[in-house]
Amino acid sequence: MAVTALREKQSTVHTSLEAIVEVKGICKSYGNVEALRDIDLDFPRGKLTSLLGPSGCGKTTLLKIIAGLIGASAGSVTVDGKHVSGPGPERAFVFQDFALMPWATVLRNVAFGLELRGTGKTEREETARRYIAQVGLSGFEDKYPHELSGGMRQRVGLARALSVDAEVLLLDEPFSAVDEQNRRKFQEDLIRLRSAQNKTFIFVTHSIEEAVYISDRIVLLSPRPGRVSQVIEPDIDRSGDPDSIHRDQRYLDTVEEIWQGLKQYVE
Amino acid sequence: MTLFGYRIPMMASLLVWCLAWEIVGRLDLVFLLPPFSDVLAAAVQLVQTSSWQDATVTTLRAFATGMALAITCGVPLGVLMGRVKIADDLLGMWVNIFSSAPLSALVPVLMILFGFGERTIIAAVFLFAVWIIVLDTRAGVRHVSPSLIEMARSYGATKPALYAKIILWAALPEILAGIRLGLIRGVKGVVIGQLLVAIVGYGALFETFSRNFRMAEFWALTIILFAFAMLIAELIERIEGKVEYYAGARQ
Ligand SMILES: Nc1ncnc2c1ncn2[C@@H]1O[C@H](COP(=O)(O)OP(=O)(O)O)[C@@H](O)[C@H]1O
Ligand SMILES: [Mg+2]
Repeated sequence: MAVTALREKQSTVHTSLEAIVEVKGICKSYGNVEALRDIDLDFPRGKLTSLLGPSGCGKTTLLKIIAGLIGASAGSVTVDGKHVSGPGPERAFVFQDFALMPWATVLRNVAFGLELRGTGKTEREETARRYIAQVGLSGFEDKYPHELSGGMRQRVGLARALSVDAEVLLLDEPFSAVDEQNRRKFQEDLIRLRSAQNKTFIFVTHSIEEAVYISDRIVLLSPRPGRVSQVIEPDIDRSGDPDSIHRDQRYLDTVEEIWQGLKQYVE
Repeated sequence: MTLFGYRIPMMASLLVWCLAWEIVGRLDLVFLLPPFSDVLAAAVQLVQTSSWQDATVTTLRAFATGMALAITCGVPLGVLMGRVKIADDLLGMWVNIFSSAPLSALVPVLMILFGFGERTIIAAVFLFAVWIIVLDTRAGVRHVSPSLIEMARSYGATKPALYAKIILWAALPEILAGIRLGLIRGVKGVVIGQLLVAIVGYGALFETFSRNFRMAEFWALTIILFAFAMLIAELIERIEGKVEYYAGARQ
């Protein structure tokens, strides 16, 4: 019953929101392994959409196709109406394993996207410092990645993605290598950050709770070959105390509902 | 090393060996082995002669030139093999053969190609040093984290930027290890090259000393060469230590 209510809501929201990223008929095979089959998806501007599914279902593959890092076997991706054939400045990627340069300081790592774009040193470092502060890492500018905890490293990765001022942020299980307490704090920070940023987030996760906690929309992918099995819009008020979300009845219902839907794939 | 429960430092054990040498030398047990003190005295004498100084300059120049060539060819070749499969398939076999082959046997060939002069010595240094640099560089480039490369690409890195800012840096610890091993092999190359050519640098000196049975000077020169090789290895190890510090947290 709750599902139908959500689905109806989805169709109305769908028409009222402009899609910034459009994925049409994407298929991807690695040799004999069919990773994705016929994915059609729209990602509305300014929303956080999660790609949720069991590991190995092709979430990373889909995200990297959107990023232009790998090519699809069929289908197309457009961002702001422009066809994607490679990486572009309007998209920034946050990596599951952080992908920080161990030989560079936090400051240089965060400024690296701008460095590659040819931004001058003083300008890019000023921008980097601002985002380092935003992700709560002030004072760590001159540290090296191996001097930071996993959670802090991923904040560096996030600051790097934010500082290039891309419209679309692609996050591949950013918290999976972060310990539990830090993950919770990080999720709260992400909610706070995005209310200030007005950017489009595409967020890959395999955690139902995480997806429901932070997402405006959740795309459920089926196990390999990955297909869209369901789109859910948990209509949760996130303006109040972050802890209260975890006790919100709608939050709990949505988690349960997704679990019921996914259960069939487990075993 | 410990002796009767006491820790004996490295220098002390070296002293024990020098002492043994001195005794054996004084007892005249081994033919052509003068006492260590004579050798030391000869070394002090030797370094003041202009023939030693000239030989050293020639040797160092040949060594430096050969190494510079080996590094400037070896690193790019290793990077190429690490990144381009066809290059790796084509060259891999040869690099592996040369890196473990008894290269001394090729020095006479070098003499035919380059003549009896400094150029042959340079070629020998190059031939001895280059292969291990290629192999280690290749290994380092192979191990660059794919996600670092994807990161650079996703932020719009051009090909040159990808190599200059990511790949070379990420592979730096292995490249330096290769250069260190290359330097040690290069010393071998310069020594063997000079001994075989025997009219250039230390080779000429060795030739004179051994032909005239000037054994104290002969050994003094040998010790100087050993010390030089160890010094170079030590120096590059220091640099490597610093780089390891940054690379220590490679994911
Ligand atoms: N480079 C690759 N070569 C071959 N198979 C791959 C490659 N990358 C991913 N796969 C396969 O494609 C499927 C989807 O992978 P991935 O997108 O990483 O899934 P997820 O991120 O959902 O865990 C997996 O079965 C994986 O084994
Ligand atoms: Mg994944």
